Amino acid sequence: MRISKEEVLRVAELAHLELTESEVAKYQQQLDSILDYIAKLNAVDTANIEPMAQAVAAGAEGGVNAAFRDDVIVPCSIGNEVLECAPDAEGPYFRVPKVIER
Amino acid sequence: MTTRDANSSAGERWSISSIRQALTAKKISARELAKEHFGRIERDNPRLNAFLTLSPDRANAQADRIDGMIARRETLPLLAGVPMAIKDVISTRGIRTTCGSRILENYVPPYDATAVERLESAGAVVLGKTNCDEFAMGSSNENSAYGPVRNPVAPDRVPGGSSGGSAAAVAAGLAVAALGTDTGGSIRQPGALCGIPAMMPTYGRVSRYGLIALASSLDRIGPFTTNVRDAATLMGILAGRDANDSTSAGAPVADYVSGLGAPVKGLRLGIPREYFGPGMSPAVRQKVEAGIATLEKLGCKLVELSMPHTEYAIAVYYIILTAEASSNLARYDGVRYGLRVPGATLMEMYRQTRGRGFGAEVKRRIVLGTYVLSAGYYDAYYLKGQKVRTLVTKDFRDAFEKVEAIVTPTSPVPAFKLGERTEDPLSMYLADIYTVTGSLSGVPGISVPCGLTPEGLPVGLQIFGPHFGEERVLQIAYAFEQASNKN
Repeated sequence: MRISKEEVLRVAELAHLELTESEVAKYQQQLDSILDYIAKLNAVDTANIEPMAQAVAAGAEGGVNAAFRDDVIVPCSIGNEVLECAPDAEGPYFRVPKVIER
Repeated sequence: MTTRDANSSAGERWSISSIRQALTAKKISARELAKEHFGRIERDNPRLNAFLTLSPDRANAQADRIDGMIARRETLPLLAGVPMAIKDVISTRGIRTTCGSRILENYVPPYDATAVERLESAGAVVLGKTNCDEFAMGSSNENSAYGPVRNPVAPDRVPGGSSGGSAAAVAAGLAVAALGTDTGGSIRQPGALCGIPAMMPTYGRVSRYGLIALASSLDRIGPFTTNVRDAATLMGILAGRDANDSTSAGAPVADYVSGLGAPVKGLRLGIPREYFGPGMSPAVRQKVEAGIATLEKLGCKLVELSMPHTEYAIAVYYIILTAEASSNLARYDGVRYGLRVPGATLMEMYRQTRGRGFGAEVKRRIVLGTYVLSAGYYDAYYLKGQKVRTLVTKDFRDAFEKVEAIVTPTSPVPAFKLGERTEDPLSMYLADIYTVTGSLSGVPGISVPCGLTPEGLPVGLQIFGPHFGEERVLQIAYAFEQASNKN
């Protein structure tokens, strides 16, 4: 096996994901076969190959300085609408279970 | 005005240009057009499940605005009165946007995506939001929390995915055009399976602002239409720099429509042998080879190519995609929007909310993405994937030194039966084998219909161009469509 049950649980923990017993078992088996498939990449020689993060680099191919803009303040007036989307809000705050103990 | 086809249950097939003529000649009003399409949706959507949410108020207000312009004899914008559908991963102010997920079941965005804003500024009438695989993760539309979409051509089969609702809506005549999103094939593959043109622009060509992210280095917005000219019209409206998307490109936008008639004689088309391997169904192969022969008859020169890293693309894709998706989906925490499942502690609330709010495929990909990014595996998987992505992209760059465009099948198989692939995620992933390469490399691609299998299922021909080569891609697609219509 490429991935153990403990690893699935550890990763679920990192991702803040509650999984049932049967999900853990199913994912372990399915991820194992996917990782098995992905292992075919080991056959590719990638020495001296740069990793690629963006398909078309900002600033390239006519995207003149595309990533940069002037740092100016623009008004945003949708604060109330944003709070209305929240499951539990009391303007101007989102409410969550207490995280600080006194 | 085009003739009404009394025998067709779908009713009249409108196009952007036939709508313009009919409106200008006052044969129909924008309001009547909207009503006609809502009527079709009411009739056919219970069967197809293509739409999740309708927006009649917004559609009617826009239609009335267009009718007012007609009454005042004002110049009409390019999409005046065109009834359109929007995939439910694209934000629409005041219209529920679910991403096909329970976790956003009641989410109503406070702003519009740039693409939607551009369409409406050009006069389009937004009918509603279309069904899709949850967070655009899937190739069959069976991963929607709101039930699968059925293929209008064959109701026991999938429409493809993830933009299955948009493809089905346009193919069934419920909308004249639709927006989809493509991350690994999610526009092109459902376009192929439903038998309509479907375009993925160059990465950065269309603003992603307001597109709820799946994988930020791959996601693109593009159109579904019933003909290539409409695709060119829509691309001209959607393309261009947007200050709200720092990855949107400033490259000049060509006049895609006026480029359509140019002869394709003498163009060199690459036929990469890796796209014609054993995984392809014989019926698809036969149609695609016939399609390529049509292009040759138009005077294109066929150049056999090798793109040697093609076979690694699916593996690379499922590393990059799941890594980016697991990061993007971290935002669904039950705090700012969407579902909240209460918990005694903040952590408990996060875990329960995400555990219950996300469906099986989303959780599977979050687990895989978190795994490939985690300490000890990052180099072996994520970094390795990024390096092979460079090689997949180099295959395209090398090819475009020899040819103007690359022609391949869109999907190795026609529409498959509902439920046929749901138990084995890997077999579903392999449905994207010919589309993910273009996704990883950022090039534009279109799928155009190239006939039916003996069972009557549509087959798609895929045309790739170099970065920002939309004009060329559309020109070839149009020439192919015109030649196919003659046959």
